[in-house]
Amino acid sequence: MVWLQILIDGFAISSLYALGAIGFTLIFGVSGVLNLAHGGVMLVAALMGWLLAGEAGLGTWLGTLLGVLAGMVAAYITYLMVVRPIQRSAAIPREEKEIFVLTGTLLWGIMIQQGMAYLFTDNPVTMRPLFAGVVTIAGVRTPLNEVMIAVVCWVVIGLLWFFVNRTRAGKALLAASMNPRGLTLLGFELSRVYLLAWTLYGVLAGVAGVLLASFLGVSSNNTGQLTASAFSIVVLGGLGSVSGSLMAAYVVGYLETITAYLIAPTLRPLPALVLLVLVVYLRPQGFLGRR
Amino acid sequence: MYNSNTGRTLYRVIRTGTTIVALGLAVSAYAAGDPIKIGVIGEESAVAGASITKAAQLAADEINAHGGVDGRPIQIIAYDDHSSASDGVRAFQRAASQDKVVAVIGSYISEVALAMEPWSARLKMPFITPGAASNDISKQVHDDYDHYKYTFHGWMTSAFIAQSICDFSHDILVGQFKMKTTVVMSEDAAWTKPLDERFLECLPKAGLTVLDHIRFNPDTTDFTPIYNQIESKHPDTITTGISHVGVQPTVQWHDQQVPIPLTGQSSQATTTSFWKDTNGATEGVITASAAAPGVAITPKTVPFVDAYTKQFGVSPAYCGFTSYDLVYILADAIRRNKGATDPDKMVDALEKTDYTGTIGRWQFYGRSDQFTHALKYGPGYITGINLQWQDGKQVAIWPKALANGTVKFPSFIKLQQASAN
Repeated sequence: MVWLQILIDGFAISSLYALGAIGFTLIFGVSGVLNLAHGGVMLVAALMGWLLAGEAGLGTWLGTLLGVLAGMVAAYITYLMVVRPIQRSAAIPREEKEIFVLTGTLLWGIMIQQGMAYLFTDNPVTMRPLFAGVVTIAGVRTPLNEVMIAVVCWVVIGLLWFFVNRTRAGKALLAASMNPRGLTLLGFELSRVYLLAWTLYGVLAGVAGVLLASFLGVSSNNTGQLTASAFSIVVLGGLGSVSGSLMAAYVVGYLETITAYLIAPTLRPLPALVLLVLVVYLRPQGFLGRR
Repeated sequence: MYNSNTGRTLYRVIRTGTTIVALGLAVSAYAAGDPIKIGVIGEESAVAGASITKAAQLAADEINAHGGVDGRPIQIIAYDDHSSASDGVRAFQRAASQDKVVAVIGSYISEVALAMEPWSARLKMPFITPGAASNDISKQVHDDYDHYKYTFHGWMTSAFIAQSICDFSHDILVGQFKMKTTVVMSEDAAWTKPLDERFLECLPKAGLTVLDHIRFNPDTTDFTPIYNQIESKHPDTITTGISHVGVQPTVQWHDQQVPIPLTGQSSQATTTSFWKDTNGATEGVITASAAAPGVAITPKTVPFVDAYTKQFGVSPAYCGFTSYDLVYILADAIRRNKGATDPDKMVDALEKTDYTGTIGRWQFYGRSDQFTHALKYGPGYITGINLQWQDGKQVAIWPKALANGTVKFPSFIKLQQASAN
């Protein structure tokens, strides 16, 4: 019984992790940016969704939609006002750009966190479930919302897969992650490809943010933790590898759930971090990394 | 207005504007009297902690509108400790050394209050916490009175909170609902250590066998495994000790339809904004509190709640009630001292406090009691109440004399009663 419960709960949380991490890895794969404001983008989506759905009275669905939109806007701002100026700056030596982007997004993430805490307090907020009620799966009482969150995550991941592998714009994205120079030689505007990547990232992080708000609740205090969990999943899976991230999300999600159920809820994040350390030592390229 | 936040920015602008205008007025109106400065250290971004400064300001405004303390106005100097002990100590030092306040009202977090306490002793600065609960606060005063006597405990100690919940459990859960078992579920924090100790001792005496005792990390976001563990023990109720957390365990309890009632102390559920914060998931939750809207513990309770709600848009949390009373108590002490505010005289006067405030009759335990300078608990003094969320409102359900409703559980709660036992 408890294993069945672990199977179900672990699946929902892992799917959510997967969604959050895929956007993170996508941006790294395409443009080499490690966006440490990731938790902040998710937070903006979650809080705006909560605000518009509940306080502004637009209802859960419209609120969710606008929350995702807010996540997109936050992603655009992150790219256009933080990342791109650093990338284009002539004052920063080329070899130091990565570290500047890292620091820049880290600071930007903290700014988002503090700003949101100022406007919304750091109390956790929870959105009304998109799907109310509970269903019983093989004797395990499960909120319907939890089941649907896993479904939505996989639909979005499926759409992303379709987009990247089956459309021209998506293929350009894939090409950019392999050989950006070759892509420019073929006449593609690289900046457009980047913008597209950030758009997709915004949608992914936005959806993950609002779903998290309706599943477990989100507080501005979680910003760092959200970034850290996406970061460790992506490192575990192999930087830039989407399927590696998917795999890692489930490993981390289930490790956490098993720990919480069978050992102690307090120790929840620990085994995943131990695993991360081990992977960094023994297989630094991650599960499916290319380097 | 903690979370409503389209209006919040606007509210801040208005508040700043109002403060500037009010300051201007205050200067012109009270130019004659030398103000009495009271430092108030709150936690502006927390549901409960934000009540502290607001309620204190409200009390000061009222006192000043009635001529102040023998013609001298009370001036509240507010600080925010961001729920951090180091920020709290810094605010305390600043209040004492730079702003020259005569007393400090501060914090609802035991860790923060305990960090301020030695500074109260060192700087000889009268200090009262309106909401921290740890027994250690008054125990230190008892153990080293000459040094620590400047600290007063303006809220029930954890032991008394637990006792109050046990008394409620005995009367209602055991008496009325024939419950026999419970699981204690507390966040890991300074205030819950003595709370849990007393729970484990007094719940069995009240008639509830404790089947399990769970302490969880306040950073916990997913409570499913905890509820799962509790459910496997089949208790009749869950006795909580939560304050730093609130929204997430409540919403998840509701969304997962955990069929066991939530009772005990859930501090965030004491403020009316909790209904909105949880989208109504708090329906059916029972918590101990200082007071409830519409319940006249004393003739001062309802007018205070009304004035507070009118001004700030939400009802006060439990530490708002105490913070409000404490400003009056300080004013009263200074009045009895004929205006003298030196620390030792303040301590003498505060020890003689006998004041009926919004939550009952205030007196502090004396030097020989194990809870020196804590507020007196019991019938005739302060007992707190238990309230339940019903249809978006807080309904007082205990003690009987103050109850304005009866206990009703949401439909997903399965009362086990005789069948399980």
